[in-house]
Amino acid sequence: MRRIRRWVPLQRLREFSLVIILIIVVFIFGNQIDNYYTPRTFNRISSTVALITLVAVGQTMVVLTRNVDLSVGSVVGFTAYYVGRYVSKNEDIAPLMLAALAMGIGAGMGLINGLLVAYGRIPAIVVTLGTMAIYRGALVEYSDSKSVATRQLPDWIKELPQESILKFGEYELRALPAIALVAVIVFFFLLLYSSFGRRLYAIGSSPEAANLAGIRAPRMVTLAFTMCGAMAGLGGMLYLARFGTITVDAARGMELQVVAAVVVGGVNILGGSGTVLGAMLGAILIGTIEQSLIRMNINEFWKDALLGLCIIIAVTVDRILINQLTPWWSRTELQRMPEEPHAAV
Amino acid sequence: MQQSKRWAWLKSWEALMFIILCTVVVANLRLSEHYLDLNNLANIFHLSIEKSLVVLIMAFVIINGEIDLSVASVMGLSATVLAERYDAGWPIAAGFALALCVGVLCGLLNGLFAAYMGIPSLIVTLAGSIGYRGVARILLEDRSVGDFPSWFTSLGQDGIIGPFPITIFVFIALFILGFVILQYSVFGRYVYAIGNNRAAAEYAGINAKQVKVTIFMASGLIAALAGAFYAARLGNVRANAAEGFELDIITIVLLGGASIFGGTGTMIGVGLSLLVVLNLRNGMSLSNVDGNTQTSVIGLLLILSVLVPNLIQILQRLVPRLFTAISRILNKGGATEPKSQVSVHQ
Repeated sequence: MRRIRRWVPLQRLREFSLVIILIIVVFIFGNQIDNYYTPRTFNRISSTVALITLVAVGQTMVVLTRNVDLSVGSVVGFTAYYVGRYVSKNEDIAPLMLAALAMGIGAGMGLINGLLVAYGRIPAIVVTLGTMAIYRGALVEYSDSKSVATRQLPDWIKELPQESILKFGEYELRALPAIALVAVIVFFFLLLYSSFGRRLYAIGSSPEAANLAGIRAPRMVTLAFTMCGAMAGLGGMLYLARFGTITVDAARGMELQVVAAVVVGGVNILGGSGTVLGAMLGAILIGTIEQSLIRMNINEFWKDALLGLCIIIAVTVDRILINQLTPWWSRTELQRMPEEPHAAV
Repeated sequence: MQQSKRWAWLKSWEALMFIILCTVVVANLRLSEHYLDLNNLANIFHLSIEKSLVVLIMAFVIINGEIDLSVASVMGLSATVLAERYDAGWPIAAGFALALCVGVLCGLLNGLFAAYMGIPSLIVTLAGSIGYRGVARILLEDRSVGDFPSWFTSLGQDGIIGPFPITIFVFIALFILGFVILQYSVFGRYVYAIGNNRAAAEYAGINAKQVKVTIFMASGLIAALAGAFYAARLGNVRANAAEGFELDIITIVLLGGASIFGGTGTMIGVGLSLLVVLNLRNGMSLSNVDGNTQTSVIGLLLILSVLVPNLIQILQRLVPRLFTAISRILNKGGATEPKSQVSVHQ
């Protein structure tokens, strides 16, 4: 038992329990819906999840530093529109260049957020509440209330969501989930093993300690916001590929889904703990519930009520379990020596 | 010392808001000759009366160090419950009472999870805002319910004194009540104490959990009342009623000088910022500015209102340092021999 405790950190246990919940949810839906275990369901769920996951990866970095970015929905909407307009005028632009453009715009918007939060010393929720409205307003001004239509787009971007990267029999891994998966893998290792990632955790766990350790928190926070913006920008391009038609209302309210995915995935909103893998699992859980309820014949209007319930249950259970388990889990042999009941805190 | 104290209020947040308000009003006067029309003045308040009501209780929530993102959904749910029950044959008054009860219940749930389970209220009310809206969707699906009796819609639409409908007077009464409770009652002092330092407040014997739950319940109640007013004003309810209102409401409170970390802010400041935002929106509407652009202007105002005082603080620290640096460089340039520079440093 001691060995398990040593090799399995609490965070892994959290993610493991999310996987179990996910399997149970899929099993329940499989019993309720005919033809549930089909490639079609898988593709549908995976392309919804891909978008949320991509943005949630960026959001995770911001949340790790005790901040929150509510402007991601507007950033996704703006970049989706801008990139759509741009590509309809310059059809021969290379896909990678377009992605770089999208990420660049997103990064610029994230940089503004980051500078205001870190150097302007304004609470993140105030800044991003404001920029959420400003970026959306910028989109309305820029677009002149016209929308981007699917027929204006070049073929490759329209076919991107159908492109399959890997095939396992009838199940295929399509382009959007593949991009999201790559992002998750890259950022998973970046956050856990690079000094950049560890600094983010340090700032979130204890800003004073991080400062004393010589970490320049403002610089790191700005960087986290910039990367979050870049991921939202990439998300905007994929949003364009997936939906084709972009109005000024594109991705409105997406920030709520993204924050919900991050929180359900066990990333502490007070900073300092959580992983990108968890955020992805949270996104998968939310996306699965959402898409499956649409398939279910009972009533699609139940979707939001169940989603809210799901978030509150996930967070409450997590809070109770972690509170109960943490002392037991972190008790090492050394700490166990004095057997006073009140010493274990 | 006395002299400086007399002018100290000029540096306060309320003074800043008052100056901005005067600027906005003057700009509006120059922009449109219809601004001072009695009808337009009534419209300024009338068209946002629901938001204004919820702003009052949101001030309590934020000063207490919490946040309530679910108010817009509670407004929508309350309007939906009222409409759905009316559609099912209940009298309006009974539906109204049920809607208020539902609002209090929503607030109670938020408060229990936030105060007693210790989950950050940002998450609790985020889940609430999705969930309560979901319940509204279950109730009304994609129907739209209208055809309320004329006495009910006239409550929200027709003026009782001049063009001012009764909802405005309800707002004024609640504003005075909120002002007295927040600034002059024991409960109000508790709200500030908990927002400033919860642990210290609890050591001083304040039951912080109880105060928080009370405030969340009041927030639900006022939001439900505002939702009913919304139904009366529009005469027609859909499940997406009042969607997105929470951002405007929170923006107004933060602009009013309340810190998102709790403990600071006054009812007067919030009232002034409400006037600023309403007049700004009205002025922009009179000059045909699009609604989304209006929102982004208010977003900009929100950021600037926190940024400018912070920048001034930073500058106040930087400028003397800059002067010493410049004088040091000048000294360096003036001194030809390196020895004298050393002596300056010693």
